[in-house]
Amino acid sequence: MAYSEELREQARQIMARYPEGRQRSALLPMLHLVQSHDGYVTPEGIALCAEMIGITKAQVAAVSTFYTMYKREPTGDFLVSVCTNTMCDVMGGQRVYDTLKEYLGVDHDETTADGKITLEHAECLAACDYAPVMTVNYEFYDRVTPDSALGTVEALQ
Amino acid sequence: MASAPSAEVLSKLTPVLTKRWLSPEAWKIDVYEQLDGYAALRKAVEYHPDEIIAFMKESGHRGRGGAGFPVGMKWAFIPQNDGKPHYLVVNADEGEPGTCKDLPLMMNDPHSLIEGIIIACYAVRAERAYVYVRGEAVHAARRLRNAVEEARAKGYLGRNVLGRGFDLDVVIHSGAGAYICGEETALLDSLEGFRGQPRLRPPFPATHGLYASPTVINNVGSIASVPHIVLGGADWWKSLGSENAAGTMIYSLSGRVKNPGQYECGMGITLNELLELAGGMADGHNLRFWTPGGSSTPMLTAEHADVPLDFDSIAKAGSILGTTAMMIFSDQDCPVYASYRWIVFYAHESCGKCTPCREGNYWMTRVYRRILSGRGTHEDLDTLLDACDNLLGRSFCGLGDGATSCVTSSLKYFKQDYLDYIEGRRKPLLNAADLVGAH
Ligand SMILES: NC(=O)C1=CN([C@@H]2O[C@H](COP(=O)(O)OP(=O)(O)OC[C@H]3O[C@@H](n4cnc5c(N)ncnc54)[C@H](O)[C@@H]3O)[C@@H](O)[C@H]2O)C=CC1
Ligand SMILES: Cc1cc2nc3c(=O)[nH]c(=O)nc-3n(C[C@H](O)[C@H](O)[C@H](O)COP(=O)(O)O)c2cc1C
Ligand code: SF4
Ligand code: FES
Repeated sequence: MAYSEELREQARQIMARYPEGRQRSALLPMLHLVQSHDGYVTPEGIALCAEMIGITKAQVAAVSTFYTMYKREPTGDFLVSVCTNTMCDVMGGQRVYDTLKEYLGVDHDETTADGKITLEHAECLAACDYAPVMTVNYEFYDRVTPDSALGTVEALQ
Repeated sequence: MASAPSAEVLSKLTPVLTKRWLSPEAWKIDVYEQLDGYAALRKAVEYHPDEIIAFMKESGHRGRGGAGFPVGMKWAFIPQNDGKPHYLVVNADEGEPGTCKDLPLMMNDPHSLIEGIIIACYAVRAERAYVYVRGEAVHAARRLRNAVEEARAKGYLGRNVLGRGFDLDVVIHSGAGAYICGEETALLDSLEGFRGQPRLRPPFPATHGLYASPTVINNVGSIASVPHIVLGGADWWKSLGSENAAGTMIYSLSGRVKNPGQYECGMGITLNELLELAGGMADGHNLRFWTPGGSSTPMLTAEHADVPLDFDSIAKAGSILGTTAMMIFSDQDCPVYASYRWIVFYAHESCGKCTPCREGNYWMTRVYRRILSGRGTHEDLDTLLDACDNLLGRSFCGLGDGATSCVTSSLKYFKQDYLDYIEGRRKPLLNAADLVGAH
């Protein structure tokens, strides 16, 4: 995947936020940047981060695999995350998840055949007072029910 | 039954940090300035930085990130005239299950955090501050970035802040979905561009923090309180709370209550009073168990609903005040299942650095699954307690310690529930082959 000069410039700007000689601090934001461009963390994205920061690709890969938000496989246009941590689960989050799972025919971390939607369980999203909580591309939906979640997902399709 | 709170209890609501949440568009700098915004900063820079640190000590203000460490004392640990750069890192990784106070604060009143950052940096003589925001909270990071730009345009940030001869740059840094990065030293590793795994303490970040330089790490609420304390005075802040617990606290109520949400009150309010403020328990639900401060704090029962919610009183009752995340469960909820689901979380979030936590949580999920699928044995209860013995005090960081809280406290108060599954009086909740919530 070829990266535009514009994206490289954005990466340089991110690196400039950190003190001289501490450019490695830019790694997480840069991984977000290449992931938003490619849909997941690709070998090319890893190579770009490594080259610009001046560390090895293995070092970049070791970091990217530690964090849940960096995806290793192509993700659908929409990432639907349902919180199933205890509070959301008790308030109906697991039922929401199960409903979507059945409707979409995919389970955790899987993408529908048309490449549109990736479904995942999420851990507590720090919005427990609105439980159960769901996000679509990290936009929050509060107090979802199986029906309201289905409606949201249908509208995405 | 829903009933309006009594006047007496209503008067316990004390909006300080949450005061501006109801003002429309208080996140805009012009509105913020009309509502006393940046007045505390103008006042603070009239004093010597050391005086600000002494003042924070005097105020009795304690950290809002869960451990309640005195803020002024932490700032005073920063060595001065050491020739090294100093840093302030704001912990906005908010990930403790149940905890949901920092994100609304950053959304509704971001400038109170920025103003607190400027005062804190002035005090400890830091020229750069980072706010580490949990990755999923894209909205909060966006709002903070916007607030930083606004503050810069007004001369509160950048070169020569307010013409006072000090420079300050604030960087909003997004994490990428790892609960452990809320632990302060894991956060530092993450911020330096590594896997987020905890470092050995001591040395504490105050002397060896970001890039091995002196670093103050404080929670969002700890820092956003600072402008209020500077304006109101140390005695005022102390007067709002109880002994050894100055000020107000944002109590987060979630679960089986009529009106879940954020209720800011002086330290020392009780759960019963908070429940009254929240309109009571949800219809058809009776209080059975609750956490005073998130999933890492031992659960308590209906018997504890009159314990003052401050550090010392909650400790005396056998739990921890933590992040004042009150998760409220009822007689329709199962403490065994709740604990199981939390242990699944800890197993998933364990960073893998130390054996007790990496293995202990993994095995505990298996034991819980066995119990909840109706195939548990009496021995399993000993196995759980053994695992907790190996975790508590033997883990490398607080994540492993925290994981034991729900297990030991649920076994202490609700052993009968475990026995009901084991002895077949209760229908299994899990299908043996089912991997509910495991990932
Ligand atoms: N807000 C959240 O989302 C979460 C909060 N927590 C809370 O975190 C707490 C545990 O956090 P820890 O940082 O492990 O607690 P801790 O008690 O070890 O440290 C608290 C703070 O005081 C400082 N400190 C302590 N002793 C010091 C010394 N001698 N010199 C200099 N500084 C010193 C530490 O650097 C730290 O900033 C738990 O009580 C839990 O409630 C846990 C998980 C998530
Ligand atoms: C596993 C773990 C996760 C933590 N997560 C957070 C967090 O998300 N936010 C936070 O402020 N403190 C968190 N802490 C506590 C921090 O280590 C540290 O004590 C706190 O940021 C200090 O700030 P304070 O003194 O202002 O409370 C966590 C601790 C542990 C052990
Ligand atoms: S206790 Fe758990 S999270 Fe903490 S260092 Fe050990 S393995 Fe990592
Ligand atoms: S438990 Fe789902 S947002 Fe906290």
